[in-house]
Order: sequence, then C-alpha cells, then structure tokens
Amino acid sequence: MIKFGYAPVVSRTLDLDSSDFSLRDELIREVPSYKKCIGCGGCTSTCSAHQHTEFSILRCNMLFRRGKYDVLEKELDKCMLCGKCLLVCPRNVNTRDMIIKMRLLVQHKNKKQ
Amino acid sequence: MDTTMYNPFVMPFAFGVVILFLNLIISFVTWLYNLSKTQRKQVGRHIISWRTLAAIWECLRECLLHRNIFKRNPVLGYMHCSLAFGWSLLIIVGKFEASTYSGSFFTNPWLAIFFRYFEDPSRIFPHKELFTFLMDFLLAVVLSGLLLAVIKRFYSRLMGLKKATRHTPSDRIALISLWCIFPLRLVAESLVAGYRNNGGFLTQSLGNLLAPFNLPIDPIWWAYSIALCLFFIFMPFTRYMHIFTEILLIFLRKWGVVEEDKKTGYTDVELAACSRCGICIDVCPLNTAAKINDTQSVYFIRDIRDNVISHRIINDCLLCNRCVEACPVGIKSTKIRQIYREKKSFENKQYYDYLNPAATGSTTSGNKSPKVLYFAGCMSHLTPGIIDSMKKIFKAAGEDFVFVDEDKNICCGRPLRQQGFLDQANTLMAKNVQLFNSYNAEILVTSCPICYNSFKTEYKDLNIKVMHHTQYINMLIEEGRLQVNHSDKTFAYHDPCEISREENRIFEEPRNILRAAGTLLPLTNEKADALCCGSSLGNTVLSTEQIEDIRNQAMDVLTKDNPDYIVTSCPLCKKTFKKGLRNGPEVKDIAEIIIMG
Repeated sequence: MIKFGYAPVVSRTLDLDSSDFSLRDELIREVPSYKKCIGCGGCTSTCSAHQHTEFSILRCNMLFRRGKYDVLEKELDKCMLCGKCLLVCPRNVNTRDMIIKMRLLVQHKNKKQ
Repeated sequence: MDTTMYNPFVMPFAFGVVILFLNLIISFVTWLYNLSKTQRKQVGRHIISWRTLAAIWECLRECLLHRNIFKRNPVLGYMHCSLAFGWSLLIIVGKFEASTYSGSFFTNPWLAIFFRYFEDPSRIFPHKELFTFLMDFLLAVVLSGLLLAVIKRFYSRLMGLKKATRHTPSDRIALISLWCIFPLRLVAESLVAGYRNNGGFLTQSLGNLLAPFNLPIDPIWWAYSIALCLFFIFMPFTRYMHIFTEILLIFLRKWGVVEEDKKTGYTDVELAACSRCGICIDVCPLNTAAKINDTQSVYFIRDIRDNVISHRIINDCLLCNRCVEACPVGIKSTKIRQIYREKKSFENKQYYDYLNPAATGSTTSGNKSPKVLYFAGCMSHLTPGIIDSMKKIFKAAGEDFVFVDEDKNICCGRPLRQQGFLDQANTLMAKNVQLFNSYNAEILVTSCPICYNSFKTEYKDLNIKVMHHTQYINMLIEEGRLQVNHSDKTFAYHDPCEISREENRIFEEPRNILRAAGTLLPLTNEKADALCCGSSLGNTVLSTEQIEDIRNQAMDVLTKDNPDYIVTSCPLCKKTFKKGLRNGPEVKDIAEIIIMG
C-alpha cells in the first residue's frame, strides 16, 4: 500500500473518570505553596537539568495534576535538586520540597500497585 | 552500732550498680559491634598509638573538668565541673579512705559509699583527719554545683542560657534522684556525726545542730541508697547516659572514626553522648529568628533516642552547623540529620543518564590542559555579575583557564546528599569527576561555597587542588598578579555557612582581600559565629516568612554600622540579601568588589 504520510489520529483526550487524583490533596497538605503556582515556567527556564534534557517542573506539575504517576516517576528522577527554581519563582512556591514530596508520594503509590 | 560492715540498706545501691553496669556493657558491646568495616579498621590501626594517650587527656579535660563549657560560661562550667569532677573525686577518695580504714583494697564495695555509717570512730588509721576533711570539702563542692543546677532550672540566664532543655519524664526521675543524692548524703553523714563525733567541718557542724532532735539514723541512709539506686537504674534511658558514653566517643573520635553516610554504631554513640545541656538551642537561627523551638539538635537527638522522631523535626534544620560549632561534646548532629534523611534507593534506576560530561565542558575553548578550571556552580549562574567578574579577574591575571560549566552545568550533588538521596548524589559526583578528569589542570576554582564544601569533603577521588574563589583571588593578590585599588568604601563581610564552620574555615583570605580594597568593619557575629542567611538548601520545609525572619536577623548584624557594601562570597547568600534590601547598602560578591575597585 502506498504510504502518504497520513495515519488515523490517536485520541488525545484526557479521560478524567479514569484518572487518579488521590495524591493531590496529600501534596497540598504537605506543601501548601504548591497551589500558588501560576505556571509561568520561570523554574523551567533556569533549570540545570532542563539544559541537558527535556525536563520541566511545569510538565511534572501537569502530570501530577492529571494523575499520570507512571510517567511522572521517571520524569522526577531527572531533577538535581540544585534549587535555582526556588530563587526565580515569583510566587515563592517551595519547589524543592514539592519535588521531594512528589517523588516520595509517587514512588510509594507506584510500588503499591 | 553495727560493725559487721553490712546493713540491708546497701541492697538498693548494690542492685542499682549491677543493673547499671549490665546495661552499660550491653550498650557498649552493641555499639562497637555495629561499627562499619572502615570504622573498625580505624580503631584497629590507632588503638596502640599516641592517640590513645591524647584521648585519655581529653577525657580528663572534657568529661571531668568540662573545659569547653568553662570557655562558654564560667558559672555553667563550674556547675558541670563541680558535679562531675567533685563526684568522681568523692568516689575515688572515698575508696582510698575505706581501703586505708580496713587495711585492704578489696573491701565490700559499698563500704566507700556508706563509710561514715560503718566507721568505728575509735579506730585510728593513717591520715584519718585528712580524709575526713577532704570528704567534707568535696561534698561541699558537689553541693555548691548542685545548688547552681537547681538555680539554673528556674533561672537559666544566670548561666548564659536563654533556654534550658525541656525534660522527658524519665529525665525528670533521674534528675530528682540526682538532686536528692547529695543532700541526703549530707544529712545522713551529719546524723551519724552527731551521735559519734566522726564528722568533718561540714557534717559535724550540721550533726551538732541536729543532735538534740534525736532523729533515727537508718531511714535517711535507706533514702540515700534508694536515691542512688533510682539514679543508676534510670540513667541509661536519660540524658545522664552521656557521662559514660562521652568517654567512648572521645576515644573513638581520637582513633579517627568519623560519621558515615549510613547509620553505624558510631551514630548511636554520638546520640547517647548528648548531655542535653541545651547550648545548641541558643545558637540556632531557627530559634533566635524564626521562633521554632522544637527541632534543635538536642530535641532531634532526644526524639531519636525515645523513638518518636517525626519527619518535620528531621527536615527542619538549616544544616548551618552553628550548633555543631557550639556543642561542648562535639557531636556532629547535622551529619546525623543527613543520615536520618536518607531516602530509599531503588535498584536498576538510571538517574541522570541524560548527562554527558563530554558534551558539558566549555564550547568556546578547545584547551585541554589549562592551569585552572573554573566551576561556577548552579547558583552562580543566577548571579551573572559573579561570573563576569571572575572572567575579568582571570583575564587581568593572565590566567590560562577553562570555564567548565559555562553552557550546561551539572550540580555538585551536595543538595541531593543533604536531602538523603545518596545514590543520586553519587551519580552526579561521578559525572563531575569524569568532567574534571577530562582536563589536565592544576587548580579547580569555584565561586560557590556549597560546591567547594562538596568537592573538599565529599569527593573522595578528585585529583586536583580545590580553591574557593576568595582563596584564589587572595593568592593572585599575594603573588602580585592582580592589582587592587584601595578605596574609602566600608565593607561588612558575611561568612557563608559552608566555608566558615567545621572542616572548612575560610576566614582570612576574604578579609585580606577586603582590607586591600577598603575598610573592613568588625561585626558582632562573624567567622565561625556568623549567622545563616536563611536560604540554606539544607532546609526544605521553612516557609518564605520564616526564611525572611532568619535573613533579617543576619542582615541586622551586617547593616548595624551602615557599611557601603555588604560583601559575601556565596551566590545564594547574595541573592537572599538582595531580596531583603530596599534601601541602604548594596550587596556584592567579593569578586565584584575587586572588579569595581
């Protein structure tokens, strides 16, 4: 068959019913400043890890909010915890604590399953 | 009176002593058994050497005389010295007295403790009066220390302590029985003296006063023995365990045993050696500035020993090392905190496999064997002023250098290690070592104290001389390769935590530079006593407001004499202060001061 470079579109809809939001409340309890993020991306633009690879706190936050814990675990391992994001954040989000707590929560969750 | 040298009231005492020594033997053997292989090797290598003698000397100085506490506050020092040294002399002299009296060294062990009760006043033995006087004198010394201890409980400022440690119930039982031991001994001996005239200046006088009341003797001796028993039984579970553990700690430390990344027997020894004196409470910036008064080293260690440690207490610490600096026992509590922060590591995890040190180095230079490697560190990349100034300094000195992390930088790994991610930290360290070793350089210069501390103390296989940029600039000035113009500006220098305490003490180099560039103002808290700026990466749980409180406390010290510039040598401190200053002095890194000159 001739390939024209087209293919059926894979559905990219987010099925909220099958998503798992269980950890979000726990994270907010432990790191209240997590809620203050406005998604400006300042953290990502200064990130040491981001200079080497596709890593973004913004993306991690999104994955976490959507409950994509399996992808997130690998993603979070890329962070070097250097703390630059902490200094540039205009909303004073405690980014380092957020990453650490996310790591622990997600690892715990993934291990249980 | 009984002359058989036995009375049932010695039994509680004897029982207490047996339980205490059994407990001590079990603890000591467990701790030594739990030492790691390298720690055991250290002990084996140094056990027969001058270090053992040095340890004995230090035990005398610290465990008995408490020189470190004397240095801090003479009254507090006298209190500890009189209790520890006085009591031990009371035991030793008492033993000699009893041995001379009975003519044999191997008499009933309780004879020395309850001597006045069993003594036959008509029996003459050598130096009898001297012994009686000495024993009374020592008892008076101990009682004076005890009086101070009681006063300290209720009025701690007298000893230079703003806050005394809060006690646990078992501590309280041991404390009360300890407080009772010596007054009871005084009354018991005085009563006997009143009947038999065998007391010294203290007990005889009190005895004569009490004699008309015809009080019974035995109950008070029973009380004395029971107080001793209670103290001995509760001691291993309380702060007083430090009395014996400190001796073991001093020996192990002198033999070269150090704290490792994971928990070992040595950690337990350090934990048990804490005397809960509370000196660390007053020096902690979290207490003095942010009003957090339950996470200090003394409470952290207490909670571990009582098995009630919480995550918040483990993590709420700046790791600024001010407490370690002040600790009279020399417990490395910040290292222990790092051990307790350890996070579980998973096998077969590929952390940071995206890092490629070969592609990381400077792209602007193909120079593979420069004299100097410059590693700015993550934080310096947020303060381009420091990097620019360093480049200008290298140029002015005509230095052959390569900027190793100009485009893409790899973190030194210390922030991860501080939070207990050991595997991850080791991966980053290996990557950095690979990067540095790909060059053939002599000196590694970094402008970040965190990186410097990491390279100096945590990187074990780094074959290159590591210098902080203050040391490097000072070297250039001393070699005459860099000219500094003296101006009429005044500077207040802030010592960053990472290079002003513990192993790294870079005090003179930055001060030499600043004296060459202008006038350096003296501060109330400087060098090893400098305050933390609050932004330390060691603490992840502080709120922004708490960080600001700590920063303001440090800034108050720096701005007191209205300097033209607040100078620091840490990009993180610089950033922190800059956020806090609205009007007033400007914050500059030391490298920027040189270039500005």
